Amino acid sequence: MMIQLLAQTTPQPPDAGASAVLFYLFAILAGASALGVVLSRNIVRTAVFLLFTLTAVAGLYFLLDAEFLAAVQLVVYAGGTLVLIIFGVMLTSKSPGIRYEPKIGEVAVAIGVSVVSAVALVMAIVRQFPANSASVERHPTIADLGQTLLGDYLIPFELISVLLLVVMIGAAYLAKARRREGRP
Amino acid sequence: MTPMLAQVGLHHYLILAAMLFVCGLATMMLKRNAIGILMGVELILNAANVNLVAFNRFRFAVDAGGTGGLRLDGQVFAIFVIILAAAEAAVALAIFLSFYNNFTTIDVERGTQLKG
Repeated sequence: MMIQLLAQTTPQPPDAGASAVLFYLFAILAGASALGVVLSRNIVRTAVFLLFTLTAVAGLYFLLDAEFLAAVQLVVYAGGTLVLIIFGVMLTSKSPGIRYEPKIGEVAVAIGVSVVSAVALVMAIVRQFPANSASVERHPTIADLGQTLLGDYLIPFELISVLLLVVMIGAAYLAKARRREGRP
Repeated sequence: MTPMLAQVGLHHYLILAAMLFVCGLATMMLKRNAIGILMGVELILNAANVNLVAFNRFRFAVDAGGTGGLRLDGQVFAIFVIILAAAEAAVALAIFLSFYNNFTTIDVERGTQLKG
């Protein structure tokens, strides 16, 4: 019995148990923080819960052998985009006494749509993708990622830099402080 | 730990991404603060990214015809999604700031007469 169990678990790498523990840790952190994003009423707390979700997703990228992507997630998402969002919260938080509470009908519709989508998605995943083990020959490295990014995806890579320039100019133009009486 | 739980496969990541997507959807429907809606969009984009990277890891990261390189299209797509999410957040926050300058609120229910 013991030998059979050992023989079943032999093809796995020796650190499968540790990575499974890490996966469940990051998955529970990500899911709980995402629930906190949904349920939190305070917008600053929502932003902090979103930070925890982004960090946990970065940990999942580490477990998926995507180290560069995990670093990008931490630097660009958690360090850049979330700081931008928190600046937005700070610049727009002086609304006098307005409570952003949803209506009862909206809550009912949201719960219904969410439960139906969750059940449908989980059923589809369980039916479509049965449990299988990962079989990769070797771990991908950042060199592979660079070859793919600057090989097949060179044109999108260049285009997205132009897009970033356009976005920077457009955001600076849109957020320009305008006086009210100066509006046409 | 039982072997089934110890073996984390593709469907574990897919179910987690589905949960993140549903949470983002609920956030977009429940928040009336425009920045809260933006956070829901970020959650949905993260769910898509987890899906892309997990599929790339479990189904696609095999040697491409003996050229010595791995196909990492999923990770490249995820990088593009992260860049586009940053750009989208910048433009959306600029629009929200302009809206706040005109209406002194960012309640999306008040945005029905947004013009000029």
